[in-house]
Amino acid sequence: MRSNPSDYEMIAPGSLHAIVSLLAKEPGEWLPLAGGTDLMVQYAAGKLPPRKLISIWNLPELRRIEVTPNVLQIGAGCTYTDVRSHEVVAREFPLLAGAARWTGGIANQNRGTIGGNIVNASPAADSLPALLAYEAELVLVSVRGERKLPYVSFHTGYKQTLLAPDELIQTVCLQRRYSRYFSHARKVGARNAQAISKVCIAGLGRMANGVVEDIRVALGSVAPVPLRLTKTEQVVKGQTVDAALMTLAKKTTMAEIRPIDDIRSTARYRSEVAGNLVVEFLNRLNSQPAERALDYG
Amino acid sequence: MNDSCERAAKAEISFTVNGEAKSIRAYPMERLLDVLRLEFGLTGAKEGCGEGECGSCSILMDGALVNSCLVPVLHAAGTSIATIEGLAVEDQLHALQEAFLQCGGAQCGICTPGMILAASHLLQTKAEPTTEEIREGLSGNLCRCTGYSQILEAVMEASRRRAVA
Repeated sequence: MRSNPSDYEMIAPGSLHAIVSLLAKEPGEWLPLAGGTDLMVQYAAGKLPPRKLISIWNLPELRRIEVTPNVLQIGAGCTYTDVRSHEVVAREFPLLAGAARWTGGIANQNRGTIGGNIVNASPAADSLPALLAYEAELVLVSVRGERKLPYVSFHTGYKQTLLAPDELIQTVCLQRRYSRYFSHARKVGARNAQAISKVCIAGLGRMANGVVEDIRVALGSVAPVPLRLTKTEQVVKGQTVDAALMTLAKKTTMAEIRPIDDIRSTARYRSEVAGNLVVEFLNRLNSQPAERALDYG
Repeated sequence: MNDSCERAAKAEISFTVNGEAKSIRAYPMERLLDVLRLEFGLTGAKEGCGEGECGSCSILMDGALVNSCLVPVLHAAGTSIATIEGLAVEDQLHALQEAFLQCGGAQCGICTPGMILAASHLLQTKAEPTTEEIREGLSGNLCRCTGYSQILEAVMEASRRRAVA
C-alpha cells in the first residue's frame, strides 16, 4: 500500500545552521532526507511511517570535497557521482571510487549520498568496507558543536549508530597515506549494477621484504555491521604469504564473521565466499611485482 | 487535529519542464514521477518498479539522470527538468530516437524513454563512448524485450551520427 503524501510534512530550510537548529529544538521529530534513494523506496512501499522530513539534499555546506596536503574531506552530502569523479578520490582512494561506481546505476549515483549511505547503515552497502579499510573518520555536527570519531566505531549494531537525534554527519575524513598500498575490491552478487552484494571485500596491503608489512581488510554483508577483519589482519601481518597462512587466514575470517541467511544468500555460502575472497586478496597482494599497483577487478 | 501525525500542507513549487516554466501546488513528498504524469500529462516517464531499480522513470534534473519515482517534488523546486517529450525539436527526432528506431532498440516501449534519456546523459559527457561505457551508462535501465544488443547498437549509431553531423 503506497503512502499518502499528505501524511508527510517536509521542509527544506536550505542552510546547515537552520537544519541543526531545528534538530536541536525538536530532537527526534525530524527525519533528514538527502537524495532519497533509500527513504523514497520505503515511502513508496508504504513502509515509512508518517513523519516530518527535513531535506538536507544539495546543501552547499555538505556538498563539497576539500583537499589538504594530508587529508581528503568529503562532505556527507556528496553524491556517488561527486565522489567517483573527484580526481583525488580516483587516484588515491580507488577502493572508494570503485565502490561508488558499483553502487546502483548512474541515476542512483546522481542522488545517493555518502552520508546517507553511512547513516542508513546497511551492512550490505558497497562503499562502507572501503571506508573501514581507509580508516575513515567522521565529523558529526550539531548546535552543540562538532565531534570527530573513527568510522569503525560508528555502527553499534544492525542499523544502529552513534548519531545523536540532533546530529548530522558533516564530513568523511580520509588520511592521504595509501597511495603506495596495493588495493583490491570485489563484489559477489547476482549482477554488478543495481544488485545488492551477497558479500563484498575491500582490502589494502603492503609487502616488504617478502612479508605482509601492513594490511587492512573489511567485508560487507557478513555481519550486522560492515566489518573490519581485525583478527584476520593480526594473523597475517608480518607473515610470509604461503599456503599455510592462507589456510589460517581463511579459517580466521570464517570465525570472525557472523553472516546470516536472507533473500540474497545463505550464511554457509557467505562464509565460504568470505574466506575465499580474503585468500584471493592475499594471493594478489603477494604476487604484486611493482611496489605500487592497483587492482580493481 | 484528531490525527496524531500533523498533516502536511501543500507548497507552491516552481520549476521548468522541457524549457517551459511550471508552477504547481503540491504536497512536498509527492513523487516527481506522479506530478509529471498526472499534473502535466507527460506520460513518457513510466513507473516500472517504483523503487529505483529499473530506470523506466528516468528523467534529467538539472542535466543529471535521476529516477523520478525517488524524487520528492520539493527537490525539483528551482530545477530544470527534461523528459522524453522535450527531446525532439518539433517534428525532428533527436539522433538517439532516430537510432533507436533504425536499430530496433525499442519493442514494447516501456523502457525506451528511460533508455534514451540515460543514453543522452551519457553522450553529454562522452561523445564517443566505448561499449563498456555504454553498458555502464545504461546499467540502471532494464529492458525485458530486446536483449540489449540493439539498444547498445542504437547508442553507438547515435554517437556516430552526432560525430558526422
